Amino acid sequence: MQMALVIDPGKCTGCKQCELACSYVKEGEFNPAKSRIRVFDFHQDARFVPYTCTQCDDAWCQKACPVDAITTNEWGVKEVHDDLCVGCKVCTIACPFGTINFNASTGKVMKCDECGGDPACVKACPTEAIVYMDVEQAGFDKMRAWAAKTDAAAGTATAH
Amino acid sequence: MGWTGQVMRVNLTEGTCTPEALNMEWAGEYLGQRGLASKYLCEEMDPRIDPLSPDNMMIFATGPLTGTCASTGGRFSVITKGALTGAIACSNSGGYWGAELKFAGWDMIILEGKASSPVYLCIIDDKVELLDASDIWGKSVWDTDAWIKTRHQDPQMHISAIGIAGENGVLYAGIVNDLHRAAGRSGVGAVMGSKNLKAIAVRGTGGVKVDDFLAFMTATTAAKKVLAGNAVTGEGLPTYGTQVLMNIINESGALPTRNNRDVQFEDVHDISAEAMAAPSGKDGKPNLQTNQACFSCTIACGRISKVNEEHYTVQNKPEYWHASGGLEYEAAWALGAAVGVKDLDALTYANFICNEQGIDPISFGSTLAAAMEMYEDGVITDKETGGLALEFGSAQALTTAVELTGKAEGFGKELGMGSKRLCDKYGRPELSMTVKGQEFPAYDPRGIQGMGLGYATANRGGCHLRSYTVASEILGIPEKTDPLVTDGKPGLVKAFQDATAAVDSSGLCIFTTFAWTMEDIAPQIDADLPGDWSVDRLLEVGERIWNLERQFNLQAGFTAKDDTLPKRLLNDAAKTGPAKGLVAGLDKMLPEYYELRGWTKEGVPTSETLSRLAL
Amino acid sequence: MHHVILGAGPAGVIAADNLRKHDANANITIIGDEDEPPYSRMAIPYLLAGQIGEEGTYLRQDKGHYKNHGIDVKRVRAGAVDPKNKSITLEDGSDVAYDRLLLATGASAIRPPVEGLDLPGVHNCWTMADARAILERADKGDDVVLMGAGFIGSIILEALVKRGVKLVVVEMEDRMVPRMMDETAGAMLKRWCEDKGVRVLTGTQIKGIAESRDGLDVALSSGKSLPARLVVVAAGVASNIGFLKGSGIDTDAGVKVDGFLRTSAPDVYAAGDVAQARDMSTGEFSVLAIQPVAADHGRIAALNMAGHETPHKGSLNMNVLATIGLVTSSFGAWEGVKGGTSARMCDDNAYRYLRLEFDGDRLAGAQAVGLTDHIGIARGLIQTKLRLGRWKDILMTSPERLAEAYVATSQGIAPV
Repeated sequence: MQMALVIDPGKCTGCKQCELACSYVKEGEFNPAKSRIRVFDFHQDARFVPYTCTQCDDAWCQKACPVDAITTNEWGVKEVHDDLCVGCKVCTIACPFGTINFNASTGKVMKCDECGGDPACVKACPTEAIVYMDVEQAGFDKMRAWAAKTDAAAGTATAH
Repeated sequence: MGWTGQVMRVNLTEGTCTPEALNMEWAGEYLGQRGLASKYLCEEMDPRIDPLSPDNMMIFATGPLTGTCASTGGRFSVITKGALTGAIACSNSGGYWGAELKFAGWDMIILEGKASSPVYLCIIDDKVELLDASDIWGKSVWDTDAWIKTRHQDPQMHISAIGIAGENGVLYAGIVNDLHRAAGRSGVGAVMGSKNLKAIAVRGTGGVKVDDFLAFMTATTAAKKVLAGNAVTGEGLPTYGTQVLMNIINESGALPTRNNRDVQFEDVHDISAEAMAAPSGKDGKPNLQTNQACFSCTIACGRISKVNEEHYTVQNKPEYWHASGGLEYEAAWALGAAVGVKDLDALTYANFICNEQGIDPISFGSTLAAAMEMYEDGVITDKETGGLALEFGSAQALTTAVELTGKAEGFGKELGMGSKRLCDKYGRPELSMTVKGQEFPAYDPRGIQGMGLGYATANRGGCHLRSYTVASEILGIPEKTDPLVTDGKPGLVKAFQDATAAVDSSGLCIFTTFAWTMEDIAPQIDADLPGDWSVDRLLEVGERIWNLERQFNLQAGFTAKDDTLPKRLLNDAAKTGPAKGLVAGLDKMLPEYYELRGWTKEGVPTSETLSRLAL
Repeated sequence: MHHVILGAGPAGVIAADNLRKHDANANITIIGDEDEPPYSRMAIPYLLAGQIGEEGTYLRQDKGHYKNHGIDVKRVRAGAVDPKNKSITLEDGSDVAYDRLLLATGASAIRPPVEGLDLPGVHNCWTMADARAILERADKGDDVVLMGAGFIGSIILEALVKRGVKLVVVEMEDRMVPRMMDETAGAMLKRWCEDKGVRVLTGTQIKGIAESRDGLDVALSSGKSLPARLVVVAAGVASNIGFLKGSGIDTDAGVKVDGFLRTSAPDVYAAGDVAQARDMSTGEFSVLAIQPVAADHGRIAALNMAGHETPHKGSLNMNVLATIGLVTSSFGAWEGVKGGTSARMCDDNAYRYLRLEFDGDRLAGAQAVGLTDHIGIARGLIQTKLRLGRWKDILMTSPERLAEAYVATSQGIAPV
């Protein structure tokens, strides 16, 4: 069973509880600027969109890392190893989704790692706009379609 | 700990920005935000100064829970001497700005003096500077927001700004942050405009820490469950917003209609929450598009609405076709029942203009209502209005008037004075629905008696948010009291005033108290801050704040005579509804209230009271 | 099946891993000419700065990686390739036969024709050996001259500053990173370096280097000279194709490949800094000597070698650089495309600059100074040629809303 974060922007109210929970777990403080998930505010279009890494099968960040600092864990999640990351930022320009980012205070990059299977953002979300569920069951294909489209258009067929 | 411990002092006259340490002794006595900033104001400023002079100070203050994951922990307040009232002003706002200020590392921004030319304050973490605002002076809040974000290449900045109303000295101009959240009341925007300060832009990338993280997560998680499980905060507010009240208050016979001549509005259904959610317009989509939360809020009562593109107000103005902050209950009342208008799109458009130009819709609507009554009476004629027919029920009058008010053009200039000055000018002071110069909002005290005492004694002038006894008298929170009687109301008002002062000083939203008691709030603050923060301590802080504000007003020249209501409420009985035949029984409540407060018959805190509260 | 990979850089190692993934039984051999386990040149600046040790530069952190995956790593230099007989002659005299061959021999640092470059104390900054030599002469307070302020020079610059040397940068062109950023960004970067106490001499050439009593004396085109204990030469790189002379494999600036990364010789592929492959921005075949392209090439070449026909539709030129903490990046056609439109936003005081180049309502290129959040989206937008519609108009006046434009467009949110 592969679990994944499934986001329904239609349910998001823009409260940023996910950003607070994420930064608390990852940084030990409330700090949205360091959250691995970000809520985009399109209130003029009446939409709020939580946005984070979709854990691509064949991850751009991982392929681009020159020092093998990004690995795939048993759940398919891409993890950055701070002890290996040199802070070269190549992954940050390689990820076409912009979901791996440079953290100036540590000099390393940061990305969502699904909190080891118990994502804090999911627990914090008051409206179930972010849920953690079995990929198959979630109709995850729909969510991945967008990622796949990007992959395909990028001209490098994904080898799943 | 919840405070950052840092205050930025900005002298606009000198053009200097100087950091200083937060006075921790005061923080222990006044908690933060409303209380702590009021303490700074009272200590540093003579209450007798002219609010529109450079002598006035302005403080943008966060609370210790602002920027944390405590639900609704994103609030800030603007504390100054009110331009509209001459009383101490404290306007509270949500959105994201307050939390951003905290992430930038500041508990408060203290502003002094007056800039020689338009400036905006730019705060990027510890880098704080005054920058030239000549390119945005004359622009709306919305255009200012976009201009600053582009100028600094950062869409994640949060901006608190005045529109042209604040620049033009509209006495009830507010300060709008995040495009449609507002520190709306008492004319804090006019004070900002008088200082040539257009905006405060903030970007914070630091973190907020609390004293005891584990206890904090336990307390805030438990408290969020309480909100989610409560009928008002878990269901009513997210679904209907504060507009959930419209029909209820009307049925209670307490919906001030046509300048408080009536207490029920016959077309109330057209401006209700249900109307906002009903399909309308050519596309069949409702006025209400979605709900929005302020920072960290798990209630999400905010309304995001659209004006029907075919509506006369916007049909040739695509720049108003996007969604933005929609009608909250007070605004729907002020722009609707108060002026007898039932056109929901017109109300929504007027609300957009209030947000865009920084106008307090409550004061505007009430002032317009008074003008309409004087127009009906022939005191104000087409000559004064420039041909604008100020008739009750006229959507056209509403939408034109709001545009003119922001611009301070034509009759808009007179409307911008507020109801009290307008009615005084035309010799009909009794028609002004104000207390201490401020228009009170959407609850007629004849139908909700406790609100009469609340309005009369509110330290910032006529206001519902200093003691929202509607909760008890109508909704039964925390326990039901009879809205039509005065018995027990002085004690109820005092309890609400003290608790509210504490909540307003914490960084939390007062709407949480539909579900939370102080027993839910205290553990969150206790885990956030060093030291013990019990319910009793918080209530004492609240009472201390209340008396401090009272002291400011007494020194500013207010007396017990100002603790009153318009004659209409005291003498003219309600004509319909449950309160039919009743007047506001203020005289039955006020002496008892003074006594409970430990004040003299003249409404002055006794020396025993002051020393008990360490004032 | 025997896959042979010449070159132990990222393209080669990634190709080897992908070959193993897609062909469990094949024999895989990597042949590299350096003495170290396969390592990353990208990491050398961090080694110089003292942030990591040599092992931190290794391309695979698991010590048993190659052995566990049945990848044979030989440390020897290749002499010649004989495509007719499908054989490679190594410099130790032995021959290696291959079924499929990947040329991933990378590039080498250019030595410009300047007198004195062979003196002790003058070093490139390209190989691990170079790094070790630099470390010996770049201690706190040492006079160091850096020749070249291109991409590599500017990265090394930060490492040298971190070591506390007294640094002077000499760049013969009129600005820093001239092939990565425009005049505005280059000037901003120079001002930034100077604010941090680094002298940057642009439009200045090094005429010659001579030994002096205390070390080296660097003569400049301005007529002045600089003392130096160390001169670091970062004057660009060129593909390693010399050994292919006489092999019959077509070369130009690099090894010429087709849309499947095949060279002119059957069963011979090329990837990385040595391959002259399609640049998606220009549509032309050119050498893009950057890490992400090497990674792309390595993977696609491996797929093709393993029999999974996979087109290479073109790589995107992109670079990211931190210079004493100021992060700059550029993507694709950052200088713009013919008939396109340009949006620029510059805040000199804050060292922030963003330039977007559009082809119609599609992003074609971008460069950024001081902006890092979600910056990869620039790549996503350029590479997917996503039509931005109304968002393009918004970006023309508010380019900083790039990430919003992408997220909104992908969510079907079109502004009114």
